[in-house]
Formats: sequence, structure tokens, C-alpha cells
Amino acid sequence: MDPKVIPNTPKHASSSQIPPPPFSLFIPTNNLIAMAMAIKLPLILLFFSSSLIPTFSLFEDQVGLMDWHQRYIGKVKHAVFHTQKAGRKRVVVSTEENVIASLDLRRGEIFWRHVLGANDVVDKIDIALGKYVITLSSEGSILRAWNLPDGQMVWESFLSGSKSSKALLTVPANLKVDLDSPIIVYSGACIHAISSIDGEYLWKKDFASEGSVDVHQLILPGGSDVVHAVGVTDSSQFDTYEIHIKNGGLLKHTSASFPGGIYGEILPISGDRFVVLDASRSVLVLITIENGQIHLEQTHISDLIHGSSGNTVILPSKLSGIFSLRTDNGIVFIKVTDEGKLNVMEKVDKTVVISDALPLSEGEQAFALVQHGDGKIELSVRLVHDMSSNHLKETVKMDHERGFVHKIFINNYVRTDRSHGFRALIVMEDHSLLLLQQGEIVWTRDDGLASVIDVATSELPVEKIGVSVAKVEHSLFEWLKGHMLKLKGTLMLATPDEVAAIQKIRLQSSEKSRMTRDHNGFRRLLILLTRAGKLYALHTGDGRVVWSTLLQSLRTTSQQCAGIKLHQWQVPHHHALDNNPSVLVVGRCGLSLTSPSALSIVDAYTGKELQNMGPVQHSTVQVISLPFRDSSEQQLHLLIDADKRAHLYPTTPEAAHIFQRESENVYWYSVESEAGILRGYGVKKSHSSDTPSEYCFETRNLWSVVFPSESEKIIGTVTRKPNEVVHTQAKVIADEDVMYKYISKNMLFVATVSPKASGPIGSATPDESVLVVYLVDTVTGRILHRMTHLGSQGPVHAVLSENWVVYHYFNLRAHRYGMSIIEIYDQSRAENKDILKLIVGKHNLTTPVSSYSRPEVTTKSQSYFFTHSVKAISVTSTAKGITSKHLLIGTIGDQVLALDKRFVDPRRSLNPTQADKEEGLLPLTDALPIIPQSYVTHSFKVEGLRGIETVPAKLESTSLVFAYGVDLFHTRIAPSRTYDSLTEDFNYALLLLTILALVVAIFVTWVLSERKDLQDKWSWPQTQLWLQSSSEQRLLNICSTPVNMFVNQNR
Amino acid sequence: MSVSPSKLNLVKVWKSNLPPVLLISMEKGKGVMGGRKWAVEFTDSSSIPSTRDIPDPPGFTRVPHDQDDSTLSKHKKDAEANWKSQKAWEVAQAPFKNLLMMGFMMWMAGSTVHLFSIGITFSALWQPLSALQGVGKVFEPYKNSKVDLLAPKLLFIALNLGGMLLGVWKLNTLGLLPTHASDWVSSLPPAHEVEYSGGGIALH
Repeated sequence: MDPKVIPNTPKHASSSQIPPPPFSLFIPTNNLIAMAMAIKLPLILLFFSSSLIPTFSLFEDQVGLMDWHQRYIGKVKHAVFHTQKAGRKRVVVSTEENVIASLDLRRGEIFWRHVLGANDVVDKIDIALGKYVITLSSEGSILRAWNLPDGQMVWESFLSGSKSSKALLTVPANLKVDLDSPIIVYSGACIHAISSIDGEYLWKKDFASEGSVDVHQLILPGGSDVVHAVGVTDSSQFDTYEIHIKNGGLLKHTSASFPGGIYGEILPISGDRFVVLDASRSVLVLITIENGQIHLEQTHISDLIHGSSGNTVILPSKLSGIFSLRTDNGIVFIKVTDEGKLNVMEKVDKTVVISDALPLSEGEQAFALVQHGDGKIELSVRLVHDMSSNHLKETVKMDHERGFVHKIFINNYVRTDRSHGFRALIVMEDHSLLLLQQGEIVWTRDDGLASVIDVATSELPVEKIGVSVAKVEHSLFEWLKGHMLKLKGTLMLATPDEVAAIQKIRLQSSEKSRMTRDHNGFRRLLILLTRAGKLYALHTGDGRVVWSTLLQSLRTTSQQCAGIKLHQWQVPHHHALDNNPSVLVVGRCGLSLTSPSALSIVDAYTGKELQNMGPVQHSTVQVISLPFRDSSEQQLHLLIDADKRAHLYPTTPEAAHIFQRESENVYWYSVESEAGILRGYGVKKSHSSDTPSEYCFETRNLWSVVFPSESEKIIGTVTRKPNEVVHTQAKVIADEDVMYKYISKNMLFVATVSPKASGPIGSATPDESVLVVYLVDTVTGRILHRMTHLGSQGPVHAVLSENWVVYHYFNLRAHRYGMSIIEIYDQSRAENKDILKLIVGKHNLTTPVSSYSRPEVTTKSQSYFFTHSVKAISVTSTAKGITSKHLLIGTIGDQVLALDKRFVDPRRSLNPTQADKEEGLLPLTDALPIIPQSYVTHSFKVEGLRGIETVPAKLESTSLVFAYGVDLFHTRIAPSRTYDSLTEDFNYALLLLTILALVVAIFVTWVLSERKDLQDKWSWPQTQLWLQSSSEQRLLNICSTPVNMFVNQNR
Repeated sequence: MSVSPSKLNLVKVWKSNLPPVLLISMEKGKGVMGGRKWAVEFTDSSSIPSTRDIPDPPGFTRVPHDQDDSTLSKHKKDAEANWKSQKAWEVAQAPFKNLLMMGFMMWMAGSTVHLFSIGITFSALWQPLSALQGVGKVFEPYKNSKVDLLAPKLLFIALNLGGMLLGVWKLNTLGLLPTHASDWVSSLPPAHEVEYSGGGIALH
């Protein structure tokens, strides 16, 4: 009777049963009569209200069936190898995504990983005592030690400085030094000494009292008790300090003034020699400390290298006795002789990347150079004291799509013949990480995927007809075999091996990873634009990279180009079916808003750049995808430049024609959060004479909404997703009443706070912080609704869908996070309630609406408390918009929580009436419940969660969810369960078997009944007598009975 | 022992026509027609000529069967008509019991939509419908020139219509009848918007 509890099934490991959705038929399969007897209305209602708590959950053995999770670390900044005396060879890296990770050197897998917060930038890492990973982060204010084998944090020290400065970390390298030799950190204009064993704060030397000295290098000579600090005061005086390592006492301070000023960093050459560039970047200054005196020696770069210009940089690679200089023409190695002379040793190409020096043995150092060739890279390892020849030279084939080498870290190992072998960890332009050893790529990691900027999706190609018979037979056999196994599993006959095989079949189902379109629309391509300017296409079935392209349009110029936006360009559905779908990548070359933009159109099936329009002349601050398509189904796009001109793409006469036809109804708006202004613009139909091309249109300002700058500051805006499908405009409420939703794509949600409260939580008192939310029509600038939350502040995360917006903020008075919902309804349609008129079609419900008609609206809103702070909010979207919705909330714990929209319904009340209960309204509670089973990421964490994308599948019940951050996670969810399909583990074999058995049974019973029928016909009393008696007797019987009489009489 | 040729013949017919065509007819109005409960006709019409050839047994006088005394027959007919009209009324009233039963079942099923209530409702709708379709057939056996079938038929139809109304009422309580505005507007797509606007915070 009660379908909720099935305690002893093996599947019940991790979740409770999911109650039926509100509008699916509730079909109790057993005990119909008992149910009928027991049915009492209150009981049913009780059952329903108790089962209305919707959960999305899955069983333990369903993990991995339709979800995948990929772990990344991001672009590596620093790497420290740990290979000596270690069973598991590993490399500890810190990345630009603020991740510290320990990677397996054999396979590149992550042993452990920690994602520090977005504001906790890792400055330096090192290994101390051979067992701790030391990280310095947050501009040198946090020093942490992590246990090397398992990544547990051992200790943490907060270093406070007097002012901000660069962060330097010096860890006693040699194990022979006393264990109590401290870690020396320079940060906040102070030198701190911290015990490496327990993180105890030993002493601090404040340099702020010494004038405004800026320390550039900390040197800890092995075996001595002195720390050398080399710095610059006011960029015109060199200072060296000697500080006692045990107590921080200043032993010696020498200084020498240098009027020319300096540029960049002081680079140490050896223990007492340093080199630096002067402010004009044309003179090299060699600093020598001798007998406590500083000697400066200046050398003009033009004397060393002919024809060099001013863009000279000293590369930070630390090679003893040598430094490298990058000029416009190439990289020059310069040796500093013992006498203090500078000798040019070698010139190499500009693209060469140099590693730090690696100490091999006493006095021997090696470093690596990587040179990029055509489709290959050349790795050469040289010894510092013998620059003339390559110690090792290897050529490795390299994928074009990985671009140039950005960084290299080398490590050595001792071969069996006691010679040195080298392995090199290289970071490529696309942020991928590779390990080279013996001329081969041992492993690669696509860590560019840790920094996804934008996501688009694409359909897969349609399956080609014509599959060979053998394949079909084979797959049929496999299919049957798989189902027989499943049947065994269902009947609990399977051995443990078979159970494992079943699970394997389920996980590795070839169905889900095929490269063709499927009926349900589960298989798609996720197209990801990463910060490195690389485009990846991932298969939703198993998450593998189908193709990847380093966009050439973003690489052509010398400027720093980066992709900023990804849009669907062409989605062939009806016409142009032989074209592949394509996406538009909009990039910007430069850092300012006025920088020229780069455009690129990429084939979604192959990753080829179909059209490379970069860099174009205009800048791009807005990309508006218009709801119009040309005959080849290319979506029209408007790119708004910094001068508020609209550029139309594609640049074809046809597109221009379509646009000019529709331009009267095309508007755009800008949100100027700094100024606190919303502006709306219309597009002028004809291009004026001073516009550069015929695809460039002037726009005119139509309206402005100016928020008072002393009381309101814009902290967030959100609009509806342009491709969202809404099934109906009516909302049916209790008693079959109707409310008409105000559904407009041109609705903008704006949140403002008082300027004092725009800082982090706690920076303002409840009295001075006010959160105001607006719903604005972006065509007319009309404010549809305004609501004030006193004593609340941001950050605000919001999602707008259909006719409602849900937003998350912090309530200072209650000291809790809050979530509010606003639903907006159209009053101008509320009169449409006459059934007869509706039946005959006399209503204004389907006539096109204009924002200028100023429809009257009403809103309903409600607020709740919410336990978590939130990183992102999204909402499920389905193909037809019929299925009920779930909010997808990216929590602070980097998980994605599915919250039924019914929990945030402004019509919830404390004491719901009978009608409300029947409608499915939940009783009002002050806080939104967090049901552990409703985490769609179940046991995974999407570290550094930044966004959640939902894509409708073709199956109406199902929505694909892709969450990205440092990690990627994809799953599909069915907010109202899969009411339109059988579950994955539906046993077709059992069904077939049952049907077969039924058919056989029908046949057998038919034969039996035929026989019985015949027998019955024979077995009337008289005839039975005959059958029982012998033939003569039958004759006698016939003669003696008056059969004839009967016959005759009857006639 | 000698066997008469006719009997022999009968057996022969019997054997040659295996399996035999047994025409077994049960009399329906057993109370009216007298003692005979059943009769076996061993011959089919095709074999009649063969039996005709055979002379009647000695001492058997063929009496025309239909020429019974008319008074007896009239009496019989009256009784039959009586019986038929009585029966017709019975049949006409039968749906009433059904109606009560259906009502009870419906009350049992409650007002939520699930398999049980749907099944009951549809059977409540279907049964009267099929019964109404077969009104003529139901009253066929009681057709008689002397029996007035109109009144029972009307009662039968009325009761069935009542049953159907009950089903419709049930359908309505289940909320399956499109009697509200919500039933007509919920399938209407949102109205098309004339204007289009895009934009937002400047990309960075």
C-alpha cells in the first residue's frame, strides 16, 4: 500500500524512494480493493502532502550512469618536484586558479588538491623538511604547511605586515641544517621567521621603520646563521641587510645610491652578485657586494647586443653565474665572469622558454630550454658551467592546438648507469600540462578546462542510415546477453562477478558516448570557451574531449587577446541541413573596453574555424543575439561598440535587409553599474554617412533610469535566458481559477544596495544597509515593480525565469541568508475567464503584445531564510517548458543543490486551505529545507564553482545540467521524474520473457479449451452413455430408446 | 434379433456423417411449453428426404403437430405474453441495481485521480452507453405483438441515462471535465512580443 518504504532492497543504499510527481498518475499496483476500502479523503490528502516533498536522488549503483565529473587544477604557476627518496614520485604545483595540488609523476593524476578561495592567491610554494608543502598566499599574509603524502593541513600562520608589498618565501633547502631553522617570509614590508615544524611565529623584522625599502630578494646561504635581504629604496638606492636567523637582529646594513632608478626586479647571480636594469631599460647594473661595500657597475646593453631597443627584460630564471635577457630580437644569455665582466654567450629565439637552474651535484647546475618548431618542440638541457653544448637534446611532437610553451620546470633522476636523466614539466599556451621524458610525452592534462568562460551546446550529427547486418546481429546478441545478465541480477541469481559485469555494462554503455544524435537528446556537445582562448567540445555522454581548437583569431596579433563570449551562430534545423552547426566566439584584443574585437566562427562538429574575422575595427561591449535568422539559418547578431554603435553580423545584404525590416522593434539597453544608470536605446533604421560600413547602425538613447548614487548602487542584474521556452501563460490556482503570467523576455531584474553596504558582509550596520530590487521593462524603461529589503545587503544572486525571479541576499537583522521570490502577473488579461468566449476563441490571449501598451501588472512575493551562502543560481529548462522547475543552487561547499520551485511559491501560507492543499501548495515555513538527497552533485564537489548551465533534452521530462568551475560536472535531472520514459534499468528481457510466456500460455489454454469444448459437446447425457458403452450396446440403446419419436415430433 | 431397416438406416446415417451434426435446442420457456426439456434432432435438413423414404413404423400415425386444440394454444400464448412483459419489466429495472452499485463504488473511489477512480468512472460511462446501444437486442426475446415494450424500454433508457449522468458527475468531481476557464487557457502559448531588447552590463 505504501510505496514509500522498501527497506530491504539492495538499491536502497543511499536514498529514500522518490514520491510521485504531482501530475503523474498515481498507480498503486497492488491491493486495489484494499485501497478502495481504506480510502478516506483525509488519509489520501495526508499521504499526498507527506509525499509532496520532492527529492532528486539516486541510488548508489546509479552513480556514473548519467553523470561525469572531471577534476582539473588550472594553469600551473609554480612546480616543485619531490622525487628524491620518495616512493611515489610527485610534483607539487600551484596554479592561477589558486589550486595547490600534488600530481603523480607517472600518470599525471591528482594525489590531492586544495582549492583556495578566489581571493587567496597563491604567491609561492616550496617543500620544507621533505614532508611539508609550504604555501604563501594572499599577498604573503597566510603561510600554510600541508602534509606532503596526504595533503592534510599541518599548520597555518597569519602574517601581518604594515603595508602591502611583494611576497617572498625562503625555505631552508638543505636537510642537514638544524631542524629548527625557520622559514623566512618577506611580506607586508616585514621579514617574518616561522618555525617550519609547527608554524610558530619566531620573530619579525619590520622594514617600514627603515625607510620605504622594498626587498627584492631573500638569500639564505647554506650553513650560516645570516639572512641576506637585498632591496631598493625609492628605486634609487640599493640596500643590503644581514639579519640573524635566530632572533631577527640586524647585523649589518649597507647601501649605495643609484640615481638612474631601476626597472623590474633585482636578480641574484651568485651569493654576492646581483643584476638589475636601470629605469631606461638600456643599462645593466651589476651589483657586487665586497667586504661590506656595494660596488655598482653599469654596462650599456647596446654595447653587448647590437640593435636592441628599449623593451629589454631580465628573465627571472635563476642560473648561477648567468642571466638571460629578453630583447625584441631574441633572448641573450650573459655570463658574469669572476672579475665582474659581462660576456654574451648565446642568442636564441624569442619564443624560447628557459627553466630555473637545477642543482645536479656539487657545483653542477643544469637548466632547460624549449624551442618551438613546426609541429614539434625541441627540449635541450644544458649545464650552466658548460653552455657550449647541449647536455641533452630531445625533439617531441607537439599538437598544433596546444600553442606555444609558456613555462618549463625540470627535474632530474639518476639512471642505472649513474648518468643524469631529465624530465620536464611544461605548461602550454592552452594551459595544458605535459610531462616530457626521454623524448616522449608521458602524460598530458587539459587544465585549460579549469577556466571556462562561457558555455554553448550543439546537437550531434544525425546518424547515417545503413548499418551492416553483422553489426546489428552482434549488437543484438550483446544486447540480449546484457539483458539476460540484468535479469539474473533482478532475480538475485547473479554471482558477484556477474554483478560487477552488470555494473560495468551499465557504466560503459556505448549508447551514451556515441557521436550521433539520439532520440532523447541526451547526447550533445558542450562547447566551452576557456580563458586561454581555446575552444573545447565535450561529449555529454562521458565528458571526453571531442575536439579542441586554439582560436587563431585570438592569436594573430601581438596584443593580449582573450575570448569573452560564445554564442550560437548557426543551428540548421529546416534549411541548410547540410551545413554543420557553428558557434560565434567574440574576443577582445587588449584590456580596455575600447580595444578592437576579434570574431571567429567555429564549426561545432569539427572545431574548424570557418570564418576568422579578427581583429575587426570596432570594439565590443555587448553581444546581442537577435531572434531573427537568415535563409541559411544564421542567427543575426548585434555587436555594440564602445561608441554605442550597433554592428550587424553576418555582414550579408540579406541579413541587412532582414534587420532593416525589423529594426523598429529592436532595442538594447546598457547597465552602467559604476554610474548607477540604466539606459535604453533604439536602433536607427538607416546608417548615417559617418558610420564606417553599411552594417553599422547608429543608436539613439530612448530612456534612462538613474539611481540616486548616494543611496543606491547596482550590484547585480539578471534577465531571462533568451532560449527559454514557456509552455503556458496561465497559472491555474485553487478552485480552477486562472492567473495570467506576465511573460516578457524584456524584463530585467536589478538589485541595488546602499553604497555603504556594498562591501563584504559586516561592513555596514543593519540600519544603513538597504537592498532594493527592481523589475524593469528594457524596451520602455518602465519600472514594473520595486521592493525594498531593509537591513539586507548583497551579494545578490538571482535567477529570472518565466514570470518569476528568485534572489539570494544576506539579511543583516536576522544574521542569516535570505531568499525571496517575486512573481509577476498580468492584470490586463485577468478578465479572460468566460468559458464560452474562450471556447469560441474570442479572447485577446494570443494577440501580440507590446511593452508600450503598458499592461497592468500585479506581483506576489515572499521571503524565506536559506542556510547556505550561494555561488550561482540557475533553473532547469526543458524542451517544452511543461515540466515543473527546480532551482539549481551552487552552494558555498561547491555542490549543486536542486530545490523544488514549489518551496519558493509566494502563495504558500501558514494554514493552507483544503483547496490549497489539493493544489499542492506547501505550508509556509520560515526557512527553505535542504534535503541531502537533492544534491545533484551527490558525493562530488565542483571545486571553484562559477556557473551552472542547463540545457533542455529532447525528452520533456529531462534537463541536462552542466556545472563548471575548476572542476566540470555534468548530469541530467528530471524535476518531475522521468514520467515520459522507462528508466535506464528497465528490464526489457523480463518484459519479453513475460510476453513470450503469456503467448505460450494463451496458445496452450486455447488448445486445451478447444479440446474441452469438443469433449463437452460429446458429453451430453445420452451421447455420454454411448461413448461409455460398447458399440453393440450403443446400437441396442439406439434401438430401444424412442429416439425416433423425438426426431419425428420435433420436426 | 432383427433390426428394423429404418433404425439401421439411422445408424448408417449416423456413421457416415461422423462427426454427427447434433442439433440440440434447449427450450427457453420451459414453464410454458410443458414437460419437454430438451430434444435431440439427429437429422439435419439435408437428411430429411432419406428419412422420408422410410415408411413409418407400424402402429405409428403421423399426426400434424401444429393442429393442437386452439384453446390450449391460446392459453399458452397468453401466458407467454404475460411472462414476456413481466420479464421485460425486470430487464428494464435491472440498471437500477447497477446504478446503486456504481454509486457506492464511486463513493468508495474518492475524488482523486488514480487508476481505481478512473476505471470506475469509465465503466460507469461505458456500461450505460453499451446498454443503450443494445436496447433493441435486450428486449428482442420479449418481442410479442401483445406485449407493449415501449414503457420498459423507456425506463431502461432513463435508468441508463441516469447511470451515465452519474458517470459524468463523477468525471466532473474528478475535475476531468473542461468546465473552467483554466481548462481552455492552459494550453494557450504565451503571446508573441512585438519588441525585442537585449544588452546588459558591458562585457569585460
